[in-house]
Amino acid sequence: MKYLGKKIITLIMTLFVVSAAAFIAFQIIPGDVVTSILGTEATPEREAQLREELGLNDPPAVRYFRWIGGVLQGDLGVSYRYAKNMNEMMPVAELIGDKLPVTLSLAAISLVLIIVVAIPLGVLWARSRNKVLDAALGVITQVSMAIPSFFLGILVTYLFGMVLKCFAPGNYVSYEKDPGGFLFYLLFPALAIAIPKIAMTARFLRNSMLTELKADYVRTARSKGCSERRVMYGHVLRNAMMPVITFLGMIIAEIVAGSIVVEQVFSLPGIGRLLISSISTRDLPVVEILILYITFVVIFVYFLVDILYRVVDPRISSK
Amino acid sequence: MVKRRSSIQWNKYLIAGLCMTGLVVFLAVLGIFWTPYSTTAMSVSERFEAPSLRHLFGTDNYGRDIFSRVMEGMGTTILIGTLVVALSGASGILIGALTGYFGGIVDEVVMRIVDAINGFPSILLALVVISVMGTGQRNLVISLSIVFMPSFIRIVRSEFIRLRDADYISRARLMGVGRLRILFVHILPNIFSTFWVSVMIGFNNAILAESGMSYLGIGVQPPQASLGKMLSDAQGYLTSAPWYALAPGLTIVWIVLGFSLLSEGIRRAGK
Repeated sequence: MKYLGKKIITLIMTLFVVSAAAFIAFQIIPGDVVTSILGTEATPEREAQLREELGLNDPPAVRYFRWIGGVLQGDLGVSYRYAKNMNEMMPVAELIGDKLPVTLSLAAISLVLIIVVAIPLGVLWARSRNKVLDAALGVITQVSMAIPSFFLGILVTYLFGMVLKCFAPGNYVSYEKDPGGFLFYLLFPALAIAIPKIAMTARFLRNSMLTELKADYVRTARSKGCSERRVMYGHVLRNAMMPVITFLGMIIAEIVAGSIVVEQVFSLPGIGRLLISSISTRDLPVVEILILYITFVVIFVYFLVDILYRVVDPRISSK
Repeated sequence: MVKRRSSIQWNKYLIAGLCMTGLVVFLAVLGIFWTPYSTTAMSVSERFEAPSLRHLFGTDNYGRDIFSRVMEGMGTTILIGTLVVALSGASGILIGALTGYFGGIVDEVVMRIVDAINGFPSILLALVVISVMGTGQRNLVISLSIVFMPSFIRIVRSEFIRLRDADYISRARLMGVGRLRILFVHILPNIFSTFWVSVMIGFNNAILAESGMSYLGIGVQPPQASLGKMLSDAQGYLTSAPWYALAPGLTIVWIVLGFSLLSEGIRRAGK
């Protein structure tokens, strides 16, 4: 319990540091917000008025706490670029709201794909006595790790969309209209994200299992008459999964990053596309929130992995 | 001083890696001086020609020779990768050597920051830096260097910690060798076998990040050729000219695969 408390305090401090860093980073950006909204031909009075409205005259610390306080209460600020109607700018929360499910579903499907394919593959690979299969898997995984996700996305589009015609590239189905069609459409971008990670995870699990197979307890288990099946799944796999869990935790961060790029390839209206377009148009409130959001998710996942690791492997907490 | 024999442990990874990267470097350097066709010459009559002996990789939507453009793009990609690795590697050696050898509170603080950055997906961090500094090749190199520096610091630091208490170092210290000399003459040469592997891996990651960002339109800006940018241009013509996308894409795969085989080869040769 003491450990958990310590971890939670570290988590909160990290979140604080990260949000402050994000805030400061976006303060030192060259270019004036007011000019970018009003253009260069606005009157000085109008500029001063807007500056006051946006609260730009307050000291940085005040602005930070107002910003982060707002974020915690669900007020994420307003976009500089997207207008809701003639008089109002679009709140960032609304802008992100309907895009979040797309990215989250994409990440979830990718993660499921990785786990479902990579773990059996890794076990199969570690057990294979077949030299040809061994070498083939070695080459295939090596090559798939070298393919960048956006190129893989294009290959998937070409192969499944244009040659095999499994799906219609560009015809994105909204999750509100047709959840089934939506998930099916996401399967292909998820494939583009998952394939290199499957290769990495399978390789990692195989090496981990091969190391474990040499351990003393395996010989003990065999000599006391455990079936090969039980040795493999009850003993070796359980121990070999330890580092793989950490690895999967790290991969989640990579999946989130991968989806930023892959959303662009498949024209998915997720937060990755919003982030890229906001960076290009310098819509800073949106960029700031998205960066903060993704960072929080990544840090939180690491936190969960840490906890999970202790639950799965009680030896660690006794150290 | 004993003269070291340069006997390299050849293995198949090293040979395959050297061949693949050798070809890439050769074509990229050649591309600076000569390309089969001009990279900007357009020709309406030769639009979307499939790969042939005349145009090895075919032609694009303006009738430009794709092979020539890939050669030019390779040059940009390799230049950026090299600059990033040189910058982040050099600062990684400096910071890693000092923190690893001397330890203390500075080491603690630096390692906290390094851990925080290292856990982060590289492309996301590069996006943050780019959105703060703005696009352009110089900013791209700086942002990627910042992103990759922590991994170098970490590797160099752990090697220096491993070696700082080695017998030969304590003896050198007893003999009154200066600190800087110990750091950079006695320890540094001994970490190179480990360091080169991470240089190759860093180079690969830099290339992947660069091409990814150029694909997204926030990396290398036109008119400069870049493999990532070519891919995003080619995506619109996937049905009519699939080779247009395949050429830059497979080139990236080739480069990355070559350097990862090379790093694996060096790692095995170093054992």
